[in-house]
Amino acid sequence: MFNHLLSLLIWLPIVGAIPVLLAGSARPGLARWISLLVAVLAFVASLFLLPAYNAADSAMQLTESHVWIASLGVHYGLAVDGISVALILLTTFVTILVIVGAWEVIQDKPHQYMAAMLVLEGLMIGVFCATDALLFYVFFEAMLIPMFILIGIWGGPRRVYATLKFFIYTFLGSIFMLIGLIYLYLKAGTFDLHTLAMLPLTMKEQTWLFFAFLIAFAVKVPMVPVHTWLPDAHVEAPTGGSVVLAAVMLKIGGYGFLRFTLPIVPDASEHFAWLIIVLSLIAVVYIGYVALVQDDMKKLVAYSSVAHMGFVTLGIFIAFMLVRDANNIDAAKLGMQGAMVQMISHGFVSGAMFSCIGVMYDRLHTRQIKDYGGVINVMPWFGFFYVLFAMANSGLPGTSGFVGEFMVVLASFAANPWIALFAAFTLIIGAAYTLWMVKRVLWGDVTNPHVREMKEINGRETFVLAAFALAVLALGIWPQPLIHLMDASVSQLVQQLAVHKI
Amino acid sequence: MPNLNDIMIMLPEFYLVAAACLLLLLDAWMKPEQRNILHWVSVLVVLVGIYLVVAGQPDVAVTAFGGMFVRDAVAEVLKVFALLCTALIFVFSRPYMQDRKLFQGEFYTLMIFATIGAMLLVSAGNLVMVYLGLELLTLCSYGLVALNRDSQLSSEAAIKYFVLGALSSGMLLYGMSMVYGATGTLALAQLHGAVVHAGMSNLMVFGLIFMIVGISFKLGVAPFHMWIPDVYQGAPTSVTTFIASTSKIAAFGMAYRLLESGMGGMAGQWQMMLAVLAVVSLAIGNLVAIVQTNLKRLLAYSTISHMGFLLLGLVNAGPEGYAAAMFYAICYALMSTAAFGVILALARAGFECEEIDDFKGLNQRSPWMAFLMMLAMFSLAGVPPLFGFFAKLLVLKAAIDAGMMWLALVGVVFAIIGLYYYLRVVKVMYFDKPAEGLEVRPQADGFLRTVLSLNALVLLALGLYWGPLLGWCRSAFAG
Repeated sequence: MFNHLLSLLIWLPIVGAIPVLLAGSARPGLARWISLLVAVLAFVASLFLLPAYNAADSAMQLTESHVWIASLGVHYGLAVDGISVALILLTTFVTILVIVGAWEVIQDKPHQYMAAMLVLEGLMIGVFCATDALLFYVFFEAMLIPMFILIGIWGGPRRVYATLKFFIYTFLGSIFMLIGLIYLYLKAGTFDLHTLAMLPLTMKEQTWLFFAFLIAFAVKVPMVPVHTWLPDAHVEAPTGGSVVLAAVMLKIGGYGFLRFTLPIVPDASEHFAWLIIVLSLIAVVYIGYVALVQDDMKKLVAYSSVAHMGFVTLGIFIAFMLVRDANNIDAAKLGMQGAMVQMISHGFVSGAMFSCIGVMYDRLHTRQIKDYGGVINVMPWFGFFYVLFAMANSGLPGTSGFVGEFMVVLASFAANPWIALFAAFTLIIGAAYTLWMVKRVLWGDVTNPHVREMKEINGRETFVLAAFALAVLALGIWPQPLIHLMDASVSQLVQQLAVHKI
Repeated sequence: MPNLNDIMIMLPEFYLVAAACLLLLLDAWMKPEQRNILHWVSVLVVLVGIYLVVAGQPDVAVTAFGGMFVRDAVAEVLKVFALLCTALIFVFSRPYMQDRKLFQGEFYTLMIFATIGAMLLVSAGNLVMVYLGLELLTLCSYGLVALNRDSQLSSEAAIKYFVLGALSSGMLLYGMSMVYGATGTLALAQLHGAVVHAGMSNLMVFGLIFMIVGISFKLGVAPFHMWIPDVYQGAPTSVTTFIASTSKIAAFGMAYRLLESGMGGMAGQWQMMLAVLAVVSLAIGNLVAIVQTNLKRLLAYSTISHMGFLLLGLVNAGPEGYAAAMFYAICYALMSTAAFGVILALARAGFECEEIDDFKGLNQRSPWMAFLMMLAMFSLAGVPPLFGFFAKLLVLKAAIDAGMMWLALVGVVFAIIGLYYYLRVVKVMYFDKPAEGLEVRPQADGFLRTVLSLNALVLLALGLYWGPLLGWCRSAFAG
């Protein structure tokens, strides 16, 4: 019954975009309802992954494999493990909220907006399912097209600059990976990821491939110093674009490290783990400080995304030090799990933060912190959600933001207390920039007369924020189901780390 | 003495010659207002040509007229797509030519004769045949470029094309004469054997160099690209489309015939030359395209860079590489017909729709045309899941397989630079507001719009499922 579930998840939103487009600008209402229907169907379908997926088994499951290009031996190969399942659920969940969030906000060609969003959803799910490197690459790159359009048409005043930068930056990163993949193909005769993971490679080859992959995924995550496209893209993107970008697209970078870098080039990864760890710590500490001085709320959250994603890369690569140098499998697993929980949590928290900023932007048409102040006086319910998400963003225990960061810090401590010290800095800096923003935006007296005219959030907005809030709290209070879902897959990955390929 | 068998082997070509002559007569007898009939008959003639090529294809390669003409699988694939592109151009250009008072019989007969030249070229088994095919193709092209004789730009383009084309033909002929002098044969098959057995002399190397100059000129590879921008811009758009599609397929066929069928034994020599030409083309094409404001000129520079990519496949000098290059040539031709097709469909009497600014806000006026153009642009840029990406993938693979990793890296670096100007076109269509007082609407011709849509959607469809086409290309070079 679940034979084609993954294909369904990929193609349902993409094909669903066609009737949305056909509904056209003449009947925007119809277009909105169709897109919501498609998104909900996709979400429901993704829920079937939970019973269909056997979390106790570490193997890739729900496998689909068809010959795609016979003469090259390329397969349309799909399968999921626990990590993919979690990320797919995140994707379908966030897409619904984005579509609801854009309901009345997008007045200009709403059908094209919704259709682009649905296509994007399908392609992102494809990235998380692909077990063939070429198929992965196709989804990975194709994703850029709808995002390019989303930022370019519905973005802010500097949208053209931001979207071109986004596209070219990401394309630049991934095209070197393509060269690496072709090299691997010529060596192995297949693009199948499982085979590539078994392929013996010399250290020199691994080093080149490592950097080819690193450029691709580091840009996507993004890591310092190739993060500069992110603030621009976030600031100019429409709210929905920002939410998807932060909540799901960045995760694809982290996911790429797990699927490509770790299994294919483990020895080079070990050799250069220090580099990634240093860059991650720079992201956590330095970018935290950068976030502190931002005047633009979206920019602030964008930089905080870079800092939080630093934990993901830190958690992944600290595992190398732990497995190979200290032979501490449990701590390595903890670090890896922390990285995964952080990915999901950051998906919810950053999506929620951008949604909140979108709500304010729709009312006042500014993102500058100084234009606000005393918002809580006119929008108490909104203030409640905003504070909750701010707390999650700064990693308060009880919210999802805490769990992942705490696990990564613990694992780092096992590797090297100094790393843990720097990583733990985030708890202070994160609180500083987030809460300081809350103070300037929410609290105090109303100084800007326009703020007084702001209306409380309506039912639609409450729904979006409440859904995010529920997810943030659920994951914070009871992360066990998520950890259990990914447990077998993470163990498998950690075991793979120990295997030398030279 | 030619026997019936020879004629049967060349049946598609003979048929087209006869049909073109009949069309000329038909045109002379026909009233101007009945010219639509001529249009449809021409389309039909070309489509029947495709049928004859495919239906009469022998299982193994055969030769006719004492080895002058080769009918093998390579020729079959190239002819099918050359004819297909010609048919597409006929369909796309009817309203355009009508609006410009160029809707005349000469257009159709010259196009068909040029296509016959292309077919002879890709089937050539002898240096003389290569030259004959090439001259038939280019002489008709000169005439076609100058078709709009009252336009100064067109005339200038035609003269440039003619002078540079004649020069390059001379170079090619000179190279051929050297090779003939060194080996004493004009037949490509014997030439191949002579190179392998007798080794090569300096004379052969010089001959090879001059032949490569001729090929580079036809392909439009830098530094022999000077004619491309002016001709693309100056020629009527329908003729530009021909030069960018059918003519490029023919040029690939010519390169294959001369370099592999003839001089295959000297691959060690020409591989490096082609690699250098590829780098120069990629650099010039992509960098200069950035500053263009005229879309036809931009696509001209894009051609130069695409031919650089095509050379990446040829430098492999093995069956896989040739298959990749052929795949690339076909892909490029289909992308060209789609991109120029949109320009043709949007042009009006007195309005060429060839400036990039003319496309401002096209998404507001005609979302479907904007979407088709976007497909063409992303395909040209090589963004998956579109066709252009997979063509690039294959030529990159061919270059890496040949041990030229550096060349593949140069290729992708310039692909990134190239991305910018394709994105700029998309940006203009989707993100800019339409210019005041500029009413851009597609032609009302429903058949044109359907075929154009199919052409552009094929770029997406072949991107999703390109296995059979690749299989066809590979089987052409297998064995």
